[in-house]
Amino acid sequence: MSGTEQRPGRGLLLIELDGDGGHPAAWRKSRTAPVAVLGPARLRDTVLAAESAGFHAATFGDGAVPENGAVPENGAARLNALQRAAFVAPLTRSIALVPEVDTVYTEPFHVSTQLASLDYVSRGRAGWLVRASGSGAEAAAVGREPAGSARRTREAAASIEVGRRLWDTWEDDAVIKDVATGRYLDVDRLHYADFEGPDYSVKGPSIIPRPLQGPLPVLVPAGLLPPEALAGGAADAVLVSAPTPDLLAAELRDTAASLARANPPGTQPALIAELDIVLDARGQSAASRLAELDARAFWESPRARFVGTAAELTELLAGLLTEAAGVRLHPAVVDADLEELAQLVLPELRRRRLLAPATPDATFRELLGLPRPVSRYAAAGTAVVHFPASRAGN
Amino acid sequence: MTEANIDGGFRPSGQLQLGVFFQGVNSGTVWKAPESGSQTDFESFRRIAQTAERGLFAAFFLGEGLRLREHLGRPHALDVAGRPDAQTMLAALASVTSHIGLVATQNTTYNDPADLAHRLSTLDLLSGGRAAWNVVTTDNAWTGANFRRGGYLDHADRYIHAEAFVETAKRIWDAWDDGVIAASPSEEAWAKPASIRRARHEGQHYSVDYLPRLPRSAQYRPVLFQAGDSPDGRDFAARQADVIFSAHPKFDDALEFRRDIVARSLKAGRGANDVKIMPASEFILAATPQEAREKKAWVRSLQIGPQQAIAYLEQFWGRELQDYDPDGPLPEIDPVVEETSETRGSGFHGAKARQLADQWRAEANEKGLSIRQFVSSKTSRGDATFNGSYTEVADRLVEYARTGAVDGFNISPWLIPTGLDDIVNHLVPELQERGIYPTEYAGTTLRENLGLATPLRPAAGVADNGVAVGGRHA
Repeated sequence: MSGTEQRPGRGLLLIELDGDGGHPAAWRKSRTAPVAVLGPARLRDTVLAAESAGFHAATFGDGAVPENGAVPENGAARLNALQRAAFVAPLTRSIALVPEVDTVYTEPFHVSTQLASLDYVSRGRAGWLVRASGSGAEAAAVGREPAGSARRTREAAASIEVGRRLWDTWEDDAVIKDVATGRYLDVDRLHYADFEGPDYSVKGPSIIPRPLQGPLPVLVPAGLLPPEALAGGAADAVLVSAPTPDLLAAELRDTAASLARANPPGTQPALIAELDIVLDARGQSAASRLAELDARAFWESPRARFVGTAAELTELLAGLLTEAAGVRLHPAVVDADLEELAQLVLPELRRRRLLAPATPDATFRELLGLPRPVSRYAAAGTAVVHFPASRAGN
Repeated sequence: MTEANIDGGFRPSGQLQLGVFFQGVNSGTVWKAPESGSQTDFESFRRIAQTAERGLFAAFFLGEGLRLREHLGRPHALDVAGRPDAQTMLAALASVTSHIGLVATQNTTYNDPADLAHRLSTLDLLSGGRAAWNVVTTDNAWTGANFRRGGYLDHADRYIHAEAFVETAKRIWDAWDDGVIAASPSEEAWAKPASIRRARHEGQHYSVDYLPRLPRSAQYRPVLFQAGDSPDGRDFAARQADVIFSAHPKFDDALEFRRDIVARSLKAGRGANDVKIMPASEFILAATPQEAREKKAWVRSLQIGPQQAIAYLEQFWGRELQDYDPDGPLPEIDPVVEETSETRGSGFHGAKARQLADQWRAEANEKGLSIRQFVSSKTSRGDATFNGSYTEVADRLVEYARTGAVDGFNISPWLIPTGLDDIVNHLVPELQERGIYPTEYAGTTLRENLGLATPLRPAAGVADNGVAVGGRHA
């Protein structure tokens, strides 16, 4: 029943490019000085390397600020993820750019505007990796209480709903530039979002016209949103994790089955498997590379971890891509593992016709096989702007 | 250099800088001409920013408005509206420019200090030290309807709030000592933990307890612009800002404003030359004076068309005036509201509508102006327009440079994306010939290019993690 079986050659590979790599000791194995991870040159080089390797999307983590004032192994210094994605947008042409953006300690109106803007600067290659922070340190930074799991779920669902509504508040053709009537906008094609949630309300309309893709693809970790939000179309893709690579395929099948029960036919979000990877590289076995890294800091991760050769990883990915629309790879050390992926893994998967073509100027929605919907307000056929009493009936 | 002496130890640099303000909304941008381009496509922004950089402009500005302008209860249809987020756009432009400063207008009322300071640090690091923040405030509940906090802030408190916000941001930017990060992968630790200080603030409206996540940039921290013009706004700028984006481009006003800012800076304990001034301005230029005059008439006719003129009056009359002839006299009927509603972009906060209508009718009558001519005179900010041949305007600018009335001009192009072409191709060389404009960038950071000093590092233990409790908000 999975969509990928009907669309061979549609497999997507995503790569997480935060910092020097997923492993907290990755900086010790990077080619560049530690400070380079906070500058433009390394960011550009890394994303261009991922694009040229044929990855379909790069994600940019924006993880927690350190708790308890402790500075962790990798310093936890980090450039804002959405701006990293924006910076590389004019330099790239095919790779989708997907920053992680929090929904709990952020302003949904700003998040929506920033993501829409990313879609403009990337010409339709933006996505949103949803995060719902439970971090006490992040709560303290904005003077709020740490969110428990119920609150995180509620905030994530609300922020996504606000984003989706705001992206639709301008119909596609709202900017008419009609010289004869002097109208830049057709106000009948602008709409208020009028979101009313338990924690806040957002009026709208958006302050930026509809994104090029319409709604940006929204990627959500499995388990974050309640089933009714997923059934309502909150997520375009769900990120699926399991404790080990062996368990991933079963977890993907279970997730697909439960989505199929809850969602109307044909509206299931795509599944993306999450996988940490450590490859044989630089003349060293993966296990020995990992041991060296682990000697410095422990890599705590909720994801399945693959440690082995490029050929073994290729087999694993070939299998996973029959169950999932895509796999997101978290390289232990970006410099070392990305090179192996580019040289050995992606070419072989392409040769086996398992990967979707990485097409210049394709939108992220197109990559995901998603249609571009018209604005929900246009579909309703009614203008929802409020008329003052004096104009009623016009 | 005596007749326009400014005193207070102020020394004119004899130079001017240019900035460009890509407005993105409102009536200043002509959208009706065949050459009017997209207001949202990245290529429009790239084109303007790269042209400005070719002309050695110091700064590229983006504005911000957190709610779409409305007119009689609906989004305003007649002007350019809808623009990308400033910092997202500037982060993208950082990768296709190399020297020009990137200035984001950002609001203190509807942002969190830790988040905003972090994003500005990001822009500063990604651009190699070219980021700036144009600090603006707002207070109204109408904008607040888009945010978690709603309309929480009183008008009277907006600068108190803004200043606490800016001080918190500066504390965040000061938190990392230099050389904190390991120089090579073989060092024992990524960072020296004791050399990063927490930033804390406890205020009436928000609190911050944050371990800042980024080191200083090549220019130490983002440059601060500020545009407030009220006495409170000017004092705020004199205490906190590096550059004032002023509303006083006319020579005599500019000189007077400079004197006032020098006095306020000295009173705030800063040097007479510490605060730069770049007024908002519009340039309508051509090869000859005659062509320039004709061009100006054409630009004005496109900026304020007949529909805009009527809509402008409707904002203050509070009723539809579609039956009035834009080329006829102002409406004889009275406004339906006692006071104009909340600002919504009009700027006539709480003016008594009927009184204003009487005053305007008298003024238009006296000068013999039609509705369209009258509205054009109210909205075009004629003082801010430099109109003439390249030579004429360059000659006029010499006086500004010589006296130090301003440090430069922040130009709003009336055409996107080609609106800077004639300035860069024809005016800049004239200014360079007169010795009042740079012939190359002074450096790679915005601070270097504006001639700003590096901020003093706060002494350890003084301003590091002090908790400012209550006092300011009492």
